[in-house]
Amino acid sequence: MFPRPIQQRSQVAQVGYQVLLPIALILWLLPLIGVAITSVKPASDLASGNYFGMPSSLAFSNYADVFTGSPIGQYIWNSFKVTIPTVIGTLVLSCLTGFALGIYKFKGNILVFFMFVAGNFVPFQILMVPVRDMTVNLGLYNTTTGLALFHIAFQTGFCTLFMRNFIRALPRELIEAARVEGVSEIRIFWYVVLPLMRPAIAALSVLIFTFIWNDYFWATVLTTSAETQPVTAGLYALNGQWIAQWQLVSAGAIVAALPPVAMFFLMQKHFIAGLTLGAVK
Amino acid sequence: MSTVSTNAQTRSWWRENQQKLTPYIFLIPGIIFFMVYVIIPIFESFWLSGFDWDGLGDKEWVGFANYQELFDDEAFYTSLKNNIIWLVLYMLAVPAGLGIAIFLNQKVAGIRAYKSLFFFPFVISQVVVGLIFAWFYAPNFGLFYKIIEWATGSGIAILAEPDMVTYGIIAAGLWPQIAYCMILYLTGLNNVDPEQIEAARLDGAKGLKLLWYVILPQLRPATFLAVVVTVIGALRSFDLVSIMTDGGPFGSSRVLSFYMYEQALSEYGYRMGYGASIAVILFLIMMVFISGFIWKMIDDERKGS
Repeated sequence: MFPRPIQQRSQVAQVGYQVLLPIALILWLLPLIGVAITSVKPASDLASGNYFGMPSSLAFSNYADVFTGSPIGQYIWNSFKVTIPTVIGTLVLSCLTGFALGIYKFKGNILVFFMFVAGNFVPFQILMVPVRDMTVNLGLYNTTTGLALFHIAFQTGFCTLFMRNFIRALPRELIEAARVEGVSEIRIFWYVVLPLMRPAIAALSVLIFTFIWNDYFWATVLTTSAETQPVTAGLYALNGQWIAQWQLVSAGAIVAALPPVAMFFLMQKHFIAGLTLGAVK
Repeated sequence: MSTVSTNAQTRSWWRENQQKLTPYIFLIPGIIFFMVYVIIPIFESFWLSGFDWDGLGDKEWVGFANYQELFDDEAFYTSLKNNIIWLVLYMLAVPAGLGIAIFLNQKVAGIRAYKSLFFFPFVISQVVVGLIFAWFYAPNFGLFYKIIEWATGSGIAILAEPDMVTYGIIAAGLWPQIAYCMILYLTGLNNVDPEQIEAARLDGAKGLKLLWYVILPQLRPATFLAVVVTVIGALRSFDLVSIMTDGGPFGSSRVLSFYMYEQALSEYGYRMGYGASIAVILFLIMMVFISGFIWKMIDDERKGS
């Protein structure tokens, strides 16, 4: 193990480490802690210059104000309307492509695979004008459907990479055995491979959920109104309205961050497994 | 009677060829989506960069005029310079992530919770990170402003200083990026070969020497991934610039991705062709890195199979 386990060091070092841990964590999360405290401060505290001290009283009403005084509820609903179809669509497409590229040897396999990988790295701006134009022509501009369709297509690149590598690592004997039994290829996919892909599906659903929830660029390019904008783009608009009302900005920011944070803490193991795929040989 | 026999025929034909045909059938939906929304638009952008177009009216072919204009555009050079600063400074996330990973790679009570909380900044959206840091830097009352004021006597409003604003935004961007690199290295450290470490320790290696000669070579896959995501993150920086400064003050914090958006969709009128030419430049810069990454991945693929 590297570094040497702290238990093998002196008593002083062990105590020192235990003390250092929370201090380091507080320093690391200092900006976030500041915003969390601000979000429950009454407006009067900020007006009287109490920016850092403890709030004079806990004003959870800031959160109520955010929901009643702004369309944030609608924004969050829009985010779900974009995120959930994207997760489902991407998983369907990438289970298929991953199976095709991971199981079969055919001409062009590696070429198609690297098309997905390379496409996944391109800067968004090179796609922006044509994708926006196409979405307008399809009549899907400023709709959550238009946004979700683009996300499904783009995320298929990353998910194909993930699924294909996952399927390649499965024991091939299972598939060979099924073929010998005369099971059709489609049944092999459905009854043999798909059940084994559950961990990959779980990892990708949390990852894609977080990526899409947090997307800001495409939200601003493809949606424009409060009826359709996801919460990231909405927060930008609200920030413009709430100038200097930091208690509202903070509360809004925390509300917007909650769903992916909850997702992360509930499915931490899958999340990290997905993110660190390829970090070890 | 005849339909039955054709049915049986197709069925046996399918049975014979299904291993050849299945991959294509499975690939079709994914490839269509990816082609329409990703691959074809790349080429379209190249083509559009030769036009003068407001996004609605007729396109006017102008050849390389957009690029010529670009090379005389002060704002383009500012954006390019900022992109280079982003790339260089963003790389700090890799060693910083490694440092935190080493610090946290212990087995003590509650360490799992510490690891997740350190990773936390990566989970929240860049919009929220941008707002958090805008508050952190806010003139007169921001925590950062206060700390500088306490240390030097006068505070600095980082986001209002043309010379410093980019560094302020990069610092905000580093926060989640370090968390990402940290989690990659934590996973890597979990998988280093304990026997090699013990052997090296018996030979008297320790500290930095052990890290450099024994640990880092084993962490190479994690380092590769950390560098890839950091380079891409640096070149994709858009959200933070948009949220924290909107490119300002006086356009001094623009990066190429932001400047492109501004030109193509700004309130001053849509210049799609000009925007596309900026996107092409950004794409070409990215291609230098992407080809390097892909080349290495193909190489690994060959060795692997």
